[in-house]
Amino acid sequence: MAKVIGLTGNEAIAYAVKQCDVDVIAAYPITPQTIMVELLSEYVYNGEINAEFICVESEHSAMSACVGASLTGARVFTATASQGLALMHEMLYIASGLRCPIVMGVANRALSAPLNIHGDHSDMMGSRDCGWMQVYAENAQEAYDWIIQSFKIAEDLRVLLPISVNIDGFILSHSMERVEVLEDEDVSRFLPPRKPVITIDPAKPITVGALCLPDYYFEMKRQQVHALNESYNVIREVNKDFESFTGRRYDLLETYGMSDAEAAIISLGSTAGTAKAVARDLRSEGKKVGVIKPWVYRPFPEEDLIKAVGDAETLAVLDRACSFGAPFNALCSDVVAALYRYGKSSVKVFNCVYGLGGRDITPTDIRAIFNEALEAAKTGIVKEQLKFIGVRE
Amino acid sequence: MVRLNELPVEELFTSGHRLCAGCGAGTIMRMTLKATRGPTVVVNATGCVEVASTIYPYTSWKVSWVHVAFENAAAVASGIESAYKALRRKGLWDKHVDVIAIAGDGGTFDIGIQALSGALERGHDFLYICYDNEAYMNTGIQRSGATPHGAATTTSPAGRKVPGKPEFKKDLIGICAAHGIEYAATASPAYWNDYITKVRKGLEVEGPAVIHVFSPCPLGMRFDSSKSMEVARLAVQTRYWPVYEVEKGKYKLNIKVPQPKPLIDFLKMQGRFSHLFQPEFQHEIEALQRWVDENWSRIASLCGETA
Repeated sequence: MAKVIGLTGNEAIAYAVKQCDVDVIAAYPITPQTIMVELLSEYVYNGEINAEFICVESEHSAMSACVGASLTGARVFTATASQGLALMHEMLYIASGLRCPIVMGVANRALSAPLNIHGDHSDMMGSRDCGWMQVYAENAQEAYDWIIQSFKIAEDLRVLLPISVNIDGFILSHSMERVEVLEDEDVSRFLPPRKPVITIDPAKPITVGALCLPDYYFEMKRQQVHALNESYNVIREVNKDFESFTGRRYDLLETYGMSDAEAAIISLGSTAGTAKAVARDLRSEGKKVGVIKPWVYRPFPEEDLIKAVGDAETLAVLDRACSFGAPFNALCSDVVAALYRYGKSSVKVFNCVYGLGGRDITPTDIRAIFNEALEAAKTGIVKEQLKFIGVRE
Repeated sequence: MVRLNELPVEELFTSGHRLCAGCGAGTIMRMTLKATRGPTVVVNATGCVEVASTIYPYTSWKVSWVHVAFENAAAVASGIESAYKALRRKGLWDKHVDVIAIAGDGGTFDIGIQALSGALERGHDFLYICYDNEAYMNTGIQRSGATPHGAATTTSPAGRKVPGKPEFKKDLIGICAAHGIEYAATASPAYWNDYITKVRKGLEVEGPAVIHVFSPCPLGMRFDSSKSMEVARLAVQTRYWPVYEVEKGKYKLNIKVPQPKPLIDFLKMQGRFSHLFQPEFQHEIEALQRWVDENWSRIASLCGETA
């Protein structure tokens, strides 16, 4: 019998980590992730988890310590947000380059300047090419479920890459929701202890992180590309396994109403929930709209996306971050590239930037976006390829 | 003090690396590993030793060795030490592992000081060794917080107006000892038994220990590559490099220098100071001499010695 408790996104992630038999947690507090770190230190200090908690002096050191611990063969967790993730940036590439299966919770928050502590995706989008797998949760339940699955995905020897589980700052990190949690024993059965294939065991000395010049560096990077490609199937396998434990179904992406949609919104995270609710209303009015929510953003689920788009004629892609100076913003660029690669560049696309610095996006905003997408599907004309939603111009 | 015949014959830092001829750091690494006492992991910050000893697919290290980045050797060491602690508690690991973090002066005095301070404050059981060649030698001799006053580097050049670095060297051991750690010491590779004894002492301490060792650099300090140990010895004998240790807060002078050689002997050997010998810059040599005298008497008095 599943236990149901009320948890915020931060609490859901900390609770999941507690059940995952981690060995080392190295983290630095930052709004809106702070509660994750506080709870984890509490678990350790109360002896509820048998782990070392390293209360580091910066996020840069947090990720550095995680890399060291992970190379030792430990199961490792950290969490951050915003400026903290930006400060880690250098280490993110090293964590993936040294093939450390670190799991990280990110409570997504805007980047300075100006200073802002509220939710948007600028932080993780700024690190989207760092070689990590990246998952976006829609609610606290998904955050909980993905953390448990993430250890299994990251530690799979076909992958051996770090993974981040993203929750919208405040909107998810601080909202209390109904979460079905697993019993500790069930998590232990689903997720056996980490079995590293090679570690810095002094009895079998190895050199890790050597200088690689033009004669070898490229091959190392090519292997990372291969590992990230391998992760598609590993993620699917772990999702299936998880479903058999919980009955909750995950995949690279989720679709709503896409079987007959003429127009669709593509969105990450909590906004996809609002979009699904608005789509439900519109569909009851006879409008054929749908929603595509990539759970996994890296590796980008392009094959599944193309399948999900089906015969839809117009896509409104929602980005909660700015790629300054780029033709489209991050998510939209990926969608357009996928459409092009699969010979579907006739699908009309427009890009909506929304919610920067925690600005609300309302059902009214989403309804207007759907209507515009339906209009474009009907007329064949996209009025504005790049829109800023809810901003004072 | 160890005796020569007590040192292990096995070389854990092997030949074939690409450090410059006469590089003090190579000798220091070799001596460091002679002092190890069992399973050891070395964490190496980016720098001369790192780039020259591990060009893939080769390595000079017969112990497990990790390089992550420039500024975080102490933080990486924290993670490794904590991981072994956790794994041992869970019965997944059974041996004690010594963790040695090694970084140059750039990786220690400047970009890595925060990570070092954090790791010392948290009390991880590891030994941190700073091999100090007094500038960013790996990237081509740029000034660091460890570069002495007056020395010419490529970012503190011997200018017509400003003759080398205007600032003085940071007190690294003072900073480290102020964290209340059990063991901190300076050393010079010219006094090999003092250094090796200190490395072993640092490993035996439960908690963090720091060793700050002078690392002669023929390329960056500009002297003949056959003169490395001579320069390292003169650094001590001119009182430029006091060799002392701080054990549980107690200072002790390990090498007494009752009759110091003139600082000029040390400066004259090195091209980085040659511009100071022009008459108009004579006062800079005097300024450096004053710093050496004051530094020596400060440390001597901390050690309870009469200067």
